[in-house]
Amino acid sequence: MRNWKKVIGVVSAAAMTATMAMPASVFAADDETFKIGVIGPMTGDYAQYGTNVYNAAKIAVDEINENGGFNGYKVEVLDAGDDQGDPEKAVNAYNDLLDKGMQMLCGTVTSGSCIAVGAEAAESTFLFTPSGTAVDCITSGDNEFRMCFTDPAQGSKSEQFISEHKLATKVAVLYDSAADYNSGIHDSFIEAAKEYGLEVVEDQKYTTDSNTDYSVQLSKIKDSGAELLFLPNYYSDNALILQQASEAGMTDIKFFGVDGMDGILGVENFDTSLAEGVMLLTPFSATSEDEKSQAFVKAYGDAHNGETPNQFAADTYDVIYAMQLAAEDAQITPDMSNEDISAAMSASMLNIELDGLTGKAKWTEDGECDKEPKAFEIKDGAYVEMK
Amino acid sequence: MSFISYLKDGISLGSIYAIIALGYTMVYGIAKMLNFAHGDVIMVGAYIILTCITRGGMSPVLAVAISVVVCTVLGVVIEKVAYSPLRKASSNLAVLITAIGVSYLLQNLALLIFGADAKSFVTVINVPSVSLFDGHLIIKGITIITILACIVIMVGLSLFVKKTKPGRAMQAVSEDRDAAQLMGVNVNATISLTFAIGSGLAAIAGLLLCQTYPTLTPYTGAMPGIKAFVAAVFGGIGSIPGAMVGGILLGILEIFGKAYISSQVADAIVFAVLIVVLLVKPTGLFGKNIQEKV
Amino acid sequence: MKKITNKTTRNNMINYGIVIVLFVIVQALSSTGNLSRLLMGLLVPLCVYTIAAVSLNLVVGFSGELSLGHAGFMCVGAFSSALFSQVTADSIPSVPRFILALLVGAAVAAVFGVIIGIPVLRLRGDYLAIVTLAFGEIIKNLINVLYVGYDDRGLHVATSAAGLNLDTGGKQILKGALGISGTGALYKDIKNWFFLIGILLLLLTLFIVQNLVNSRSGRAITATRDNRIAAESVGINITKYKLLAFTVSAAMAGVAGVLYSHNLSLLKVSVFDYNMSILILVYVVLGGIGNIRGSIIATIILYALPELLRGFANYRMLIYAIVLIAMMLFNWAPAARNWRARMMEKIRGGKTKKEAA
Repeated sequence: MRNWKKVIGVVSAAAMTATMAMPASVFAADDETFKIGVIGPMTGDYAQYGTNVYNAAKIAVDEINENGGFNGYKVEVLDAGDDQGDPEKAVNAYNDLLDKGMQMLCGTVTSGSCIAVGAEAAESTFLFTPSGTAVDCITSGDNEFRMCFTDPAQGSKSEQFISEHKLATKVAVLYDSAADYNSGIHDSFIEAAKEYGLEVVEDQKYTTDSNTDYSVQLSKIKDSGAELLFLPNYYSDNALILQQASEAGMTDIKFFGVDGMDGILGVENFDTSLAEGVMLLTPFSATSEDEKSQAFVKAYGDAHNGETPNQFAADTYDVIYAMQLAAEDAQITPDMSNEDISAAMSASMLNIELDGLTGKAKWTEDGECDKEPKAFEIKDGAYVEMK
Repeated sequence: MSFISYLKDGISLGSIYAIIALGYTMVYGIAKMLNFAHGDVIMVGAYIILTCITRGGMSPVLAVAISVVVCTVLGVVIEKVAYSPLRKASSNLAVLITAIGVSYLLQNLALLIFGADAKSFVTVINVPSVSLFDGHLIIKGITIITILACIVIMVGLSLFVKKTKPGRAMQAVSEDRDAAQLMGVNVNATISLTFAIGSGLAAIAGLLLCQTYPTLTPYTGAMPGIKAFVAAVFGGIGSIPGAMVGGILLGILEIFGKAYISSQVADAIVFAVLIVVLLVKPTGLFGKNIQEKV
Repeated sequence: MKKITNKTTRNNMINYGIVIVLFVIVQALSSTGNLSRLLMGLLVPLCVYTIAAVSLNLVVGFSGELSLGHAGFMCVGAFSSALFSQVTADSIPSVPRFILALLVGAAVAAVFGVIIGIPVLRLRGDYLAIVTLAFGEIIKNLINVLYVGYDDRGLHVATSAAGLNLDTGGKQILKGALGISGTGALYKDIKNWFFLIGILLLLLTLFIVQNLVNSRSGRAITATRDNRIAAESVGINITKYKLLAFTVSAAMAGVAGVLYSHNLSLLKVSVFDYNMSILILVYVVLGGIGNIRGSIIATIILYALPELLRGFANYRMLIYAIVLIAMMLFNWAPAARNWRARMMEKIRGGKTKKEAA
């Protein structure tokens, strides 16, 4: 028995040493192709976000390759880096992709991972996140950019929208206080309430571990007389909340969400009548009538079994196209080092303007995206833009 | 009025814990192991029902029947392949770790087959809610069904254990496995039967869980599994009425914690109360105080 | 008696030796540029989880208790040290600050170890397991609602961002669910030394654990594990020794937590859940309960394996689960052991036959 264990021990140690001895760049730098990496949750609870991002990146890259690539050079999307939504795994994925020759990063998808990877990529690899919403995602370096709104921005812009469109004066909030995304938006929403003259009559929380039973929180909200319930949560939680709210008889309260709400109509078997009248602040909707959105939805559906892309996909599509514009402006070539590419791209990002799926966008020095928020209302099972 | 409303919510939540706890306590009482994978068998059962109804177009009754059969078989297979070889292992941690491995296996298989998207569950049980006190107190139909199911299962199991031969064999194995074997009880078959019943119950639990909270992901079974496990211990592990009482009480505690203390630390409060109970009466509410003999 | 001591000492020295040799190999590979970035990034986390596994083995292997809340101790160590580092960022230079942070993390975790250990260790077997699980969840839950800020007036603690009431110029350090960010950045200058520090801490852990196990207290602990009633009847104070093991284990887990929090630039509570506790337990069991060397080797293989299997993305966790079940059956099932013993007999029997022929 002892001998077996010793043998296994030695063999394993040898195997480990052997794999370690793999030279750092098994994949030699390709002088003819740009390599883009995507990092996000490809398995685990948030897999649908990661896979949407990865699929959209590939679609955008394929289109761009047919139209001249980045500055005349072909582009390749490396195999997806799976972080399962965990910052530690994200850093491992980042290192792994660098080993495989990644030159620019489209990612990461979730905020926590983005903060961790952001610290590693600062000043060394160009980072462009389509959906990382926490403020600290891109603060580690000048070479980091964002396509979407930050959590604080979503919170305050929601308040602004509600107040400008006179949707309600008494609002309530129900959010997941154990998650960074929801908490970030909630905190800025509460703070902005004073500025826009709205009264927060009830502020209810739940935790990620207890995200199925909202009966207590909803009955308190019902009793508070709130006219609008703000739900800065992902659609899977919101679907349950809407269902339980309806069971509790909360029929004359308005519901307002942010980008996490997007996808609620796509939940399999979901009774869409429950979402009738729900409003959300989001940059993209698959049922939008404009040509670009329709083309994208069709391309995505053709490539992936008729699936509908969500706004993570749309943001990613815009990220790749923005990268193309910046690449043209910076005149970068694939044989440049990651640091050089990163510095050149960062400078060019301030010069470009993208007319993308998610709106007209420009970028400022802090890496933040300057574009108009859009809001949609769910009418008859489809998203209709609110003007 | 809110107090009663919270009480009703607590019973509603607790009834789900009770059903899951029944399966846990049966397996622990007889096979003397914590089947960590129980929550995931529930998830599998729910997915089968959903797939049968939405993709297979079957009637709900047929779907549930198929799910019960599949889960039962699954339970027995898991027991035979993963647990029974380790029954005589030198440490009982071995079977616990393997159970964890089975749990991960089920979750990841479900992830591969069904994907990570949350799916809404179809309404199979359409019992109207009962409205009392002029609409101020609404008792959901599904809660009534769940409590009824709980009582029926509890009574059924108790009768089974007391009156039938295999049932009495289960009792014997639970009290003293070696003696039972010496008396001619087929221990292997008895334990397999236990897992079969426990897993079949898991399918029912999956149905009721997803009717009360109609959302399903590969991870849906995990947390309710842990809480139901806590409930089983609370009520006295190995005790069938204990599982039901423990489940309902736990649900009430959790809701009251959320309502009167804070919805954020409700979980912590539930676990804290559990710790207190275990320190004061370790065998739980209905458990037997077995003195360890030298 | 002397023979046994020599053998144990030899065993212990081999353990130190393995760690040192691995370190030297890694350094050699990295200085010749042969170490992939992925593996370089794994080095410090490997130290973290190995320390956690060895410290858990103290409780599970030698004390014989199943603890499912180990991640909770790592969590308190991580957060207390990160808070300390951030608050004293301007007042103490980085090297002494890190050493103090280690001590803070270990001390806080040890205190939690005592607080939790006193009630918990009176329970037995599976009940003890659930209660440790419960404590892990409670710790996670409580830290998630904490907000800590720092301004000229000093430290503020609250349960919401608004409740902090910081003066201008004050900084929010722990932001509830958002965690603590930026601790790693404070130590940019000594970041390259983290692996060496990790190895040193691992050696220290080995030293403490091995010496504890081989001491009189250690023998008392294993006595209580093997036969509680007999030990009690001989007059061994069970609670005191179990508590000792539990507290030391907690302190070392706290140290692992400190290393974790200072290596990553974002510290969130949600990673320290029961999944992590179970993960570490798996490392311990697969390495062999009570087998320190096994813990080290198992952790290295099991932590690096999913990362090296990245190419198989979707099937990664599935393969992991299957390997886990297979290894458990292979190592622990009496039937499998008998089969292996017979195989060994055949091989050896074959040899002697050949010799005889």
